[in-house]
Amino acid sequence: MSQVGCVVTHWIVGNEQDKGIPNAQSKNRIRNHMRRYSAFAIAREGARYHTGWERAWKSSEPKKRYDAIIVGAGGHGLATAYYLGKNHGIKNVAILEKGWLGGGNTGRNTTIIRSNYLQDPSAAIYEKARSLYETMSQDLNYNVMFSPRGVMMLAQTEHEIRGYERTAHANALQGVATEFISPQRVKELVPIINIHGPRYPVLGALWQPRGGTARHDAVAWGYARACSDMGMDIIQQCEVTGVRRDGDKVLGVDTTKGAIDCDKLGVVVAGHSGVLADMAGFRLPIESVALQALVSEPIKPCMDVVVMANTVHGYMSQSDKGEMVIGGGADGYNNYTQRGSFHHIEETVRALVETFPMISRLKMLRQWGGIVDMTGDRSPIISKTPVENMFINCGWGTGGFKAIPGSGWAMAELMAKGASPLADEFTMWRFGEGKFIDESVAAGVAH
Amino acid sequence: MLLLECPYCGAKCEETELSPGGEAHIKRYGPGSSDQDFEAYLFMRENPKGVHFERWRHVYGCGKWFHAARCTQSLEVFGTYAAQTFEPPQEIKDKISAKRPGWSWRDFS
Repeated sequence: MSQVGCVVTHWIVGNEQDKGIPNAQSKNRIRNHMRRYSAFAIAREGARYHTGWERAWKSSEPKKRYDAIIVGAGGHGLATAYYLGKNHGIKNVAILEKGWLGGGNTGRNTTIIRSNYLQDPSAAIYEKARSLYETMSQDLNYNVMFSPRGVMMLAQTEHEIRGYERTAHANALQGVATEFISPQRVKELVPIINIHGPRYPVLGALWQPRGGTARHDAVAWGYARACSDMGMDIIQQCEVTGVRRDGDKVLGVDTTKGAIDCDKLGVVVAGHSGVLADMAGFRLPIESVALQALVSEPIKPCMDVVVMANTVHGYMSQSDKGEMVIGGGADGYNNYTQRGSFHHIEETVRALVETFPMISRLKMLRQWGGIVDMTGDRSPIISKTPVENMFINCGWGTGGFKAIPGSGWAMAELMAKGASPLADEFTMWRFGEGKFIDESVAAGVAH
Repeated sequence: MLLLECPYCGAKCEETELSPGGEAHIKRYGPGSSDQDFEAYLFMRENPKGVHFERWRHVYGCGKWFHAARCTQSLEVFGTYAAQTFEPPQEIKDKISAKRPGWSWRDFS
């Protein structure tokens, strides 16, 4: 026996890299370029007991200076950094995050993707985003689980019918594929729905077949991995405490990890936009309020589209795990706590039970809140600011997730070139000029 | 869930009995004012992470409007007071100072 053992030992030593279980530590070295994910990679790593996977991105410490700093490592911030590098060749970039990557609204939304907005500037940027989602998994080499399962917005009053018919016509002119469908078609697409509700019968719906959902964390992780691969620094637990400026020009930021200089500063911080603007010495037409969501226990597949019911303040889809993902309306008062309130859940679920009687016996598993930044016209701000070389991307309110790639695309172009056709209408000065992009109906969430 | 006391009828109301009415003590600018003032009056709102003053309406109760002083970071309520005033009463300001020394909100502190 001992002789055999000796032979075996020798054999392992002689072929250490190929045959034995390698030391996981030695494989976790940092490489200059990421290894692509593929079916072949799964086979390769499987053959060595999955000890060779690398970290998806590198967590860095700040350097003294960058060409561009993005504040906020959520979906929009990471997408901005990604397109700065990919479309404009600006790769000396730091992305600062006070918490953890994708831990704000990126990880708190209900993952709905659609572009059935009314106004032309909105349709342009949301449709750009939706079309980028179609190829995002391939572009980023990261499975974001984009599922174009179709999104319908129920019309439950005569006013909503008129509103959505108008939107369908506007979408036809904008080149966004939507249609207004009958209650019977709604019932065919969503067998679990009750279209004869006594209080709010379903009278039709605005249907976007190429809308859907995606895995929200994966969107942040995929962009982070691609940014890290371009050599950008993702710096977590680094809170910006001040914006340094020389007269009207931005010099850099003060952070909990020291001062960092930059040529250009992009602020993409959703609920905290007002706080950052205050540090830089200007005001924004933004109020921060809580928006909350909840999920049920997992059940068998029962609904393969996304349904939004704006009159009764609720929207619902089923996740791949089987949980019913439910969102409601935003709170009516300012709040930074990332907490919701139970009465809102009651309100949302009560409303949905009439339209979906089968959910009345579902147990709800989790609820959470995120802080959204609301503008007066419910459209975002992607804009220069009174401070030179400081740019702001905020005001996505209740509908930011769907816009992530388009928002990043526009913001990167604005930061690199000083103007972007997608962003031109979304300036922070449009309110004073009376050029609203009124989307309070299409925003789809009660507020 | 917020609990606010209506300063008129004295009822301790939970949030569902009330309707939020936005920022308090807004000065109205009308015709003849500068563009900047008019824009700020219509669209610019205080959005502090901390002490904030708001209007609320006791909509499922006595129906009256009133003011509340509140912290948006902790949801702590400092107090409520009547609507017929252009600024928070000293008593409310003192309560806030005891809990948030050095606070300021617009021109008040």
